[in-house]
Amino acid sequence: MKRGRVLHWIAVHTVAVAAALFFTLPFVFVLLTSVMSDDQAMSGELWPRSWHWSNYAEVLRTPGFLTWWRNSLLYAGLGTLFTVCSSLPVAYALARFRFRGRRTALVLVIATMTLPPQVVVIPMYLVWAQQLHLSGTLWPLIVPLAFGDAYSIFLLRQFLLTIPAEYTEAARLDGCGELRTLLRVVVPMAKPGIAAVALFQFFACWNDYFGPQIYAAQNPGAWTLSYGLESFKSAHSVNWNLTMAATLLVMAPVIAVFFFAQKAFVEGVTLTGVKG
Amino acid sequence: MAHLATAPGARRRRARERLRVLGFLSPWLIGFTVFFGYPLIATVYFSFTRYNQIQPPSFVGLRNWTYVFTQMPLFGPALWNTLWLVVVMVALRVVFGLGTGLLVTKVKTGAGFFRTAFYLPYLAPPVAATVAFVFLLNPGTGPVNDALTALGVPAPDWWGDPHWAKPSLVLLSLWGIGDLMVIFLAALLDVPKERYEAAQLDGAGPVATFRYVTWPAITPVVMFAVVTGVVQTMQYYTQALVAGKLASGVSVGPGTPVQPGYPDHSTLTVTQLVYSLGFQHFNTGAACVLSLVLFAVAMAAASLLMRGRAGLLGAEDRP
Repeated sequence: MKRGRVLHWIAVHTVAVAAALFFTLPFVFVLLTSVMSDDQAMSGELWPRSWHWSNYAEVLRTPGFLTWWRNSLLYAGLGTLFTVCSSLPVAYALARFRFRGRRTALVLVIATMTLPPQVVVIPMYLVWAQQLHLSGTLWPLIVPLAFGDAYSIFLLRQFLLTIPAEYTEAARLDGCGELRTLLRVVVPMAKPGIAAVALFQFFACWNDYFGPQIYAAQNPGAWTLSYGLESFKSAHSVNWNLTMAATLLVMAPVIAVFFFAQKAFVEGVTLTGVKG
Repeated sequence: MAHLATAPGARRRRARERLRVLGFLSPWLIGFTVFFGYPLIATVYFSFTRYNQIQPPSFVGLRNWTYVFTQMPLFGPALWNTLWLVVVMVALRVVFGLGTGLLVTKVKTGAGFFRTAFYLPYLAPPVAATVAFVFLLNPGTGPVNDALTALGVPAPDWWGDPHWAKPSLVLLSLWGIGDLMVIFLAALLDVPKERYEAAQLDGAGPVATFRYVTWPAITPVVMFAVVTGVVQTMQYYTQALVAGKLASGVSVGPGTPVQPGYPDHSTLTVTQLVYSLGFQHFNTGAACVLSLVLFAVAMAAASLLMRGRAGLLGAEDRP
């Protein structure tokens, strides 16, 4: 029995280590290549003969790279702020109010959630580009987020449903208006849910490629990191070391945020699951 | 007091209630109308017109529809690739996500480390992850083929071979399994412990325990993972486009028209075809027809998502 346990432990952990290698080695190889010399990066060697951390400085000095960084922050930062502020009241209404058409509204929210952005992009692009003359900027991507985002509305609603109705009832009996109840009672209790939704939206904007491709392509001054990275690779097609350094610089903020906000993140992922 | 309220008072209160609901819903009501309702109607309209985005659209009846379904050479490959990805990628991701989730529940030492390690790649921005995988699987300089050659395994030309390009994308998607792993992990930890103990008392082996205890408890989550996987994979865009563009070796910046789907249209998806038609060839009508095909599939998936035990609608909102 005891020997069986030991064998079981060894088997499980061997598989786990193999899986961990599959998940982590790509990061390691990217990191190692990013500090190689130009010549070595073109060879098949794995370990850097000399460590060129200056590659990172060179990437940051590349014209445009810092602008893309700023644009990504602008898009993700403002986008997240707008999304949370506009989605929260909608989610609250869908979670707490009883009104005719509530089910229909919920069905429509879920339907828009599953919709590929490509479905409605052409007429939207024509409005932004031909009527509002805002192509070449990120505003066509940021402004719509001030009008609720289906995915965030849905996640927030799921979270708000877990807050016992007694709290909001008590606030109401104390003569608190609905908006005050939302801001003073619900928001403090819903912080984990709001944090998760904010993180998801931040990453969705940070990772977005299709949006900037549609609206910012003509103007390199409006590119984001996710979009510019591809052109970086194209321009440095032989310099795998610089490309890998740039790749890590695009990954780094997301992974740093994850380590600071791990709990909110995992909570958010499970929230997307079945919690009907 | 309520029953004493006069009828006009009650009506006024109801009107105020309705106004309040409208107020809270207003951001989304506006957003839904402007950013979804309008463009959807316009897409339907454009699908019946010839429109190059410079001259005003002119009505051509069903011509775009018959063109897309019977003549357009790239529609077949794009549909086939998308279906291939939906079937293979979703199936393997569910199996792999469940496997890694199970593995984390079984690990006794360093569970936290393994969970984080398995989860982390999911966070890598898609473009960055794709660039990394184009490098890793690159035949000349990448470490994967060196390792395969050292082991005596014939190394494929991953991104350059039409037979291997889609499997390479699947590999990339399995690397980012973290989201599914966490969902399955939560579901697995929710299975009541007593059932496992009962199964052990009955002398059930690991396979029987999984089949009769674990599986029935997690089926709703598996169904959820399948349907959301179908929704996501149907939208598959960035990774396929970036991998195809980089692997083609054409040294061009983004925005430069490239025939998507390198090699040999093997990574061309329906979403890429919409972009290519609408923004490179300015064939708005055909692009809108394809948009509506995507729309129909998305709505079918959405209705599946709302149904059943695993439905996204809470019990009180189900019909």
